[in-house]
Parts: sequence; C-alpha cells; structure tokens
Amino acid sequence: MTGSWPMWEVFVRARRGVDHVHFGSVHAADGESALQAARDLFTRRQEGVSIWVVRSSDVVASDPDDEAELFEPAADKEYRFPTHYELPAEVDHM
Amino acid sequence: MTDPCLLTHLLRQGDRALVLAQRLGQVITHAPELEEDMAVANISLDLIGQARHLYTYAGEVEGLGHDENHFAYWRGAEEFLNPQLVEQPNGDFAVTIVRQFFHDAYALHYWESMEASSDATLAALAARARKETSFHLRHSRGWVVRLGDGTVESRRRAQLAIDSLWRFTTDLASITDETDLHDSGVVPDSEVGGRWSDTVVAALAEATLDVPADTDMVTGGWHGHHSAHLSPLLEELQALTRAHPGAQW
Repeated sequence: MTGSWPMWEVFVRARRGVDHVHFGSVHAADGESALQAARDLFTRRQEGVSIWVVRSSDVVASDPDDEAELFEPAADKEYRFPTHYELPAEVDHM
Repeated sequence: MTDPCLLTHLLRQGDRALVLAQRLGQVITHAPELEEDMAVANISLDLIGQARHLYTYAGEVEGLGHDENHFAYWRGAEEFLNPQLVEQPNGDFAVTIVRQFFHDAYALHYWESMEASSDATLAALAARARKETSFHLRHSRGWVVRLGDGTVESRRRAQLAIDSLWRFTTDLASITDETDLHDSGVVPDSEVGGRWSDTVVAALAEATLDVPADTDMVTGGWHGHHSAHLSPLLEELQALTRAHPGAQW
C-alpha cells in the first residue's frame, strides 16, 4: 500500500507574527487527512499555531540544472545587497 | 471516603480507555500508511493518559493504597468494566475505524457532559480529555465518510464493519445504574446515549452508509461480562508486569 496516497508539503507557523515555514511532507488521501497527519507528526510538542498543507504536485520548483542562469548572476552585483545599512537592535526577523 | 458508585464509574471509564488503547497498539505497523500508524499511536497514547488519571483517582476513592498500575495490571478479565465494543478485534481497517468512530462519538459526548461534573477532579480531567477526544472523533468520523462515500470496495467493507459492530452499541451508549451519580451531579448527564445516536446517524448519512436494522444486542460489558476476546488482550498487556512484579526501568 505504501506510496498509494499522494504527498503533501507541510508548512507550520511556529507562533503568531512569523511566517509559515516548510516542515516536511506527509502522505494522505486528501487535504483534511493531510492536516491531521501533519498535526500528529509535526505539532505534538507545541511547535505550531497554524498549519498549511499543499499537494506536492502543485508545487512548481526550479530545476537544479538551471542554477547557474537563475542564481549566479546575482552574486557579483554588490549594489543589490543591503550591506551598507546598520540595523537597529529592535528589528527582529530580518 | 470510599464511594462504590464513583469507584465503579471511574473503573468503567478507565477500562474503556485502556482496553481500546491496547487494541490500537496492535494496529501500529499494520495501518495503510505510516502516517496512519502515527495517528493510531497518538490516539492510543491519549487514551492511556486518560486511563492513568482515572485509575489514579480510582485508587484515591477506593482508599486501599492502590495505584494506577494495580488497576491496569492486577485485575482479571471478569473485573474489567469496559463496554464490549472496545475489546473487539481490529479486523480490517474499516472495522478498526468504525469501532473507533462508535467509541469516539460516545467518549466525546461523555467528556463534554463531564466538564460540568460536581466532582472537581473529574471536571478538570474532562476539560483536557474533551479536546483530545474531539480530535479523535474528527479523525475516525472523517475516515467513516471517506470509506463509505469512497469506492465500491471501501463502502462494502465499511458497511460490513458497521453491521458486525452494531450489536455492541446499545451496551456502549447506555449505562442505566448510575442514578445516584446523576442525582449528585458527579455524572451530570444521563442522555449521552441519545446524543451518541444523533452523531452516529448523521455521520452514516453523510457517508451514504445504512443504519442497521434492529438486531440482537450484546450487553453487560460495563458490568464485567465480556466476549472471549478480552482475556488474551489482557494477558498480553499484563504478562511482563506479572512475570516481574515490581520491576522498574
């Protein structure tokens, strides 16, 4: 039977005010079932206050072979980096 | 402070939770997917937690110095007061799920009503157990609908499971000898059975499954009358403790 149910990607919000973060994936017959499985696997120890599940097949991912053309051109454009600013200590989550 | 009615009540509910937890333990590694193994294991652990609280309180009410382990490990099948539904074998996944659904519908209405108990210990336990049970019911009810309103084969198996377990449901949903506890407000609700019926009928309708016609009902579980399935279950549960009394690890 293993592998007969579709895969779902699980995103958990650890606490109010922060973003949902990818936690892992589960197999489930449908969305409701995926939510319950995600709750059992990832939030039994108070890791989260909210869960999203997305069918893995609905995620459009970049191709690792395209890494050079997609990401490397950014490396030598120093003016795009906010390196010349000093962040106040009160600014979190940057 | 021994109150025999309250003691019996605590053992009934503790045994209900423990026996089902042990049955669910046997499902682990046999569920359709790893995720379902996890779900079943989590439900089982919640039930063990509830049983521990009920047994610990039973020990206090009994007043003979017995702890939770005494009630779990040192009583025979004839002393267990669980409804017969929860001792029934796991069968296929449909049987496991339908048994769980019938149980969860009862347990949720039971714990909901017990939040208003005049007994502070039970009311506090109910507040926690109600949330756990609410999730259990969401899981088992979801599966009943999914199986019933699923494929021809899943519907056939779900209906077979309902037909085979229906005869244990009168036993489950009707305890008739706790009038004293109702009067004192310790067990405030004597109508849990009626609400159980409403919940089950609604779910079966949504699942396109049939409520079985009246059949010969098996009763007596809450009074210590059991099917032949309980003794082997308890033997497995109790074997280690009885082979090594007082062992610690």
